[in-house]
Amino acid sequence: MTARQETIDQICKLLTPFNSSAKTLNADTDISTDLNIDSVAVMDFVMEVEDHFDIEIPLNVVSETRTIGELAAVVEKRNQKA
Amino acid sequence: MIDLFDKHKGIVDRFTRMMQMGVNAVGVTNDRILSPTRAMINGRETILAGTNNYMGITMDADCIKAGQDAMVEFGTGTTGSRVANGSYSLHTELERKLATFLNRKHCIVFTTGYQANLGMMSGLAGPKDTIFLDADSHSSIYDGCTLSGAKLVRFRHNDATDLDRRMARSEGEEGGRLVVVEGIYSMLGDRSPLADFVELKKKHGFQLLADEAHSFGVLGPHGRGLADEAGLEEDVDFVVGTFSKSVGAIGGFGAGNHPMFETLRYAMRPYMFTASSSPAAIATALAAIKKLAAEPQRRERLRANSARLFDGFRALGLEIGCNVVSPVIAVKCADEVSTIAMWNALLEAGVYVNIALPPGTPNKLCLLRCSVSAAHTFDDIDRIISLFRTVVARKAAA
Repeated sequence: MTARQETIDQICKLLTPFNSSAKTLNADTDISTDLNIDSVAVMDFVMEVEDHFDIEIPLNVVSETRTIGELAAVVEKRNQKA
Repeated sequence: MIDLFDKHKGIVDRFTRMMQMGVNAVGVTNDRILSPTRAMINGRETILAGTNNYMGITMDADCIKAGQDAMVEFGTGTTGSRVANGSYSLHTELERKLATFLNRKHCIVFTTGYQANLGMMSGLAGPKDTIFLDADSHSSIYDGCTLSGAKLVRFRHNDATDLDRRMARSEGEEGGRLVVVEGIYSMLGDRSPLADFVELKKKHGFQLLADEAHSFGVLGPHGRGLADEAGLEEDVDFVVGTFSKSVGAIGGFGAGNHPMFETLRYAMRPYMFTASSSPAAIATALAAIKKLAAEPQRRERLRANSARLFDGFRALGLEIGCNVVSPVIAVKCADEVSTIAMWNALLEAGVYVNIALPPGTPNKLCLLRCSVSAAHTFDDIDRIISLFRTVVARKAAA
């Protein structure tokens, strides 16, 4: 498994409790529109991601990130920084 | 062509479902206002328990007279911003009196409370700075933060340990750091654990802003808010507040002791590019603040009423948003549909409370939110408890 896929899997696991839809999660899933998660829940979810990876993802970055794959790229970039 | 309204279809569906269950819970019309705690709604005299009219000052004869006199003397509106058109003597008088009331060196008045937060956040922080904001912050704080262009870091509600961890992650970055908390949180009614954040200031060296929108006039020996109550005003660098709650007018303010505070007037777009408050709004605010200072019994009355409602709800076994007495008393409900149904039943029985639903609430909560007024009588409070017993407690038990 690639490092990227591993990050995606971990993000999917963190997102599962927020996903009340029947949709399966993958790299192309749009966190907000595909899953019908409201803006506050998205921020709560990102907090879980921040704590899981022990990184900082400012809200400004969250608003520009749509899919799980994009979020995985943000996580990896910020992990390298740390 | 993609219709710009397509994205709002979800709102339409949700709104339609609500309307099928009764009246518009987020757009009630008060046909007549009878007193700070009574209105005619749908032809029925209704107890108002969701208007944030904490001091019950909106129909005060002296405040009304002050507004009338100001309108006669200064006219209906200012027709422009203070930067372009200049100030009226009323604006500067209010800023001076309010600074004295707040025991702060400087005070700037805004046209609305919403703009006070937009102005203060964007004036204090810029693109190189970081704002750390409590997760449960009011939307005006979020919007002000966005307007500032600063890096935005959200910390877990009322959790200084979590803020400590998040500050450590951004240690060594350039730019200033602003931490934003609220005196009383509008949805659940809980207070910020201010002492914990003040303690953290010593470790990390940031500037602290408290939004006292729901606590100004309400908390503290002088009615200045949570920092006044906690005895920590010196540690709070900036305070924001509104005139639309305990002051019973419309407008907002930012205050502080920083020697450069006045320069914010030329750095805050929501202050510079909007018309200044109308003479009547400013004059009623001035009169109301005088009353808040001279009549501490209003705070006592509010406290007694809040305690009575809090205890009454607890005795019914209702789950309340926070575990301390607060003028905001929110009852947690099971889901959106039952909350809308209970809200309608309460209105039909003659009490207006707020309905609060996600994403306007933290943790996906559905709330029937009451705000208590000093102008409520004990009979009013007992009536509200009795209606909640019939409508809400019975439903919860079923």
